[in-house]
Amino acid sequence: MIDDLYQETILDHSKRPRNHHVLTGANRKAEGYNPLCGDKLKLYLKMDGDIVVDASFEGAGCAISTASASLMTESLKGKTREEAMRLMDKFHDLLTTDTPASRDLGKLVVFCGVRDYPARVKCATLAWHTLKSALNGSPEPVTTE
Amino acid sequence: MSTLSSEVGQALGLPIGFDVDRVREDFPVLKQTIHGKPLVYLDNAATAQKPRAVIDAIVKFYEVDCANIHRGVHELSQRSTAAYEETRSKVRRFLNARSNHEIIFVRGTTEGINLVTQTWGRTNLKAGDEIVIAGLDHHSNIVPWQILCEQTGARLRVIPIDDRGDLVLDEYEKLLSPRTRMVAVGHVSNALGTVNPVRRIVRMAHDTGALALIDGAQAVPHMPVDVAALDADFYAFSGHKLFGPTGIGVLYGKADLLEAMPPYQGGGDMIRTVTFEKTTYNDLPYKFEAGTPDIAGGIGLGAAVDYVTRLGIDKIAAYEHELLLYATEALERIPGLRIVGTAREKAAVLSFVMQGIHPHDIGTVLDHQGIAVRTGHHCAQPVMDRYHIPATTRASLAFYNTPAEIDALVAGLYKVKEVFDE
Repeated sequence: MIDDLYQETILDHSKRPRNHHVLTGANRKAEGYNPLCGDKLKLYLKMDGDIVVDASFEGAGCAISTASASLMTESLKGKTREEAMRLMDKFHDLLTTDTPASRDLGKLVVFCGVRDYPARVKCATLAWHTLKSALNGSPEPVTTE
Repeated sequence: MSTLSSEVGQALGLPIGFDVDRVREDFPVLKQTIHGKPLVYLDNAATAQKPRAVIDAIVKFYEVDCANIHRGVHELSQRSTAAYEETRSKVRRFLNARSNHEIIFVRGTTEGINLVTQTWGRTNLKAGDEIVIAGLDHHSNIVPWQILCEQTGARLRVIPIDDRGDLVLDEYEKLLSPRTRMVAVGHVSNALGTVNPVRRIVRMAHDTGALALIDGAQAVPHMPVDVAALDADFYAFSGHKLFGPTGIGVLYGKADLLEAMPPYQGGGDMIRTVTFEKTTYNDLPYKFEAGTPDIAGGIGLGAAVDYVTRLGIDKIAAYEHELLLYATEALERIPGLRIVGTAREKAAVLSFVMQGIHPHDIGTVLDHQGIAVRTGHHCAQPVMDRYHIPATTRASLAFYNTPAEIDALVAGLYKVKEVFDE
């Protein structure tokens, strides 16, 4: 069913994305690009040492990619770099494997329906690819390719 | 649904003599359900579906006639050679070319254009020369020329498009100069459906002393094409968009130009004699056809040309035009929907955006209702940039589509609104 993909939380976050603005005082920035659909995303992080104090994003994409960026920025706050990377791996597993969702994912489990839509996995992972780039401090825009 | 479509068709005044219900019977793929709904295939500009006649021709080749061509003296080789070469004659008649020598088999439009850039282009262009392409063009008519420019120092100039999606011919005229060596434009835009005035474009190129290449990928399946009347120097199209198989296409070129061009690839079939000191090349068209070609594809393409010819390309064009008008009017009634590309003369392509809803989400929801559309930039990123949009949803029609399928699309788009609108 189409509702399994577009769950209420995803629709809510796509229509009213949280943390959707430039982040003043950000000390990490990265750009993501999905060549398949032309979606572009800018991610801002404010890091205090190893900890993500604040996160935000800019850019418009499909419902899946916007909701993913919105929920990701919410879930990052207060996490260490290591915890954020681990969460990214678990999120990736959720989208691409049949393994039961990890409890650590919290609200992010709403993306479980995406695994039935292989063409849409990249929409959900764009923000996370961009996060990796921001945490690694790589200056080039990343793509989902 | 089939009865409904013909009733609606008659109500629309669709041309008599085009029985869409009967035509649909020829396409096995159309008789299936997707997610429990009848398949509504509206992605014909990406690839068209294949009639039974094409599928049968390919099966017959592999079951009965399979052999390599142009080499064996045995019966099977003679049959396969005859069938493959017969396609060349069919294509020559279909395009109104003068001679079979002018019909080069390639993998598709993309390879046809690359053949011209890498043989004619590398031999004839030098730094300072200019190539003119159109702002509407598919990546396949942009990137090969860019590569050629890098190789030769030539410069790429682009004819701009206006807000409706028409080429601005006044600007084209200004781009033309003694430096212009080639004008390469699409006949029909895959992203917007614009039918370009290619006859005039070719004449203006010739008046400046430049050659003209037309990318006919989106035109050949939908309208009569006469390369002699167009006076194009090169014309390329793909078999798979003409209801034929993938992997086969055609480059038409004027014989004198092809004669003067060096080979594209070296190998078997394109040679006359080979020694380690010197190799002499085969005559046209074989000079450009190295290696064993897609024989089954070529034979399938012949069946596709026969099929389209039997239906009548004029009737196809007339039917699709009526369907385009019906679909345009129906989509325009949907609140928040905007059609991108409203050129004066259009093929049956409807590219559109919906307020606040991303094309990928539209595509997924439509797919759930059995409706296949293309979403994205359609390999025409400069066109998207021109309209400041990342992507569109595109419904591209063929002669087997029906008014009832347009109604299904409209219902599908209301479902999209139901999911995403506040």
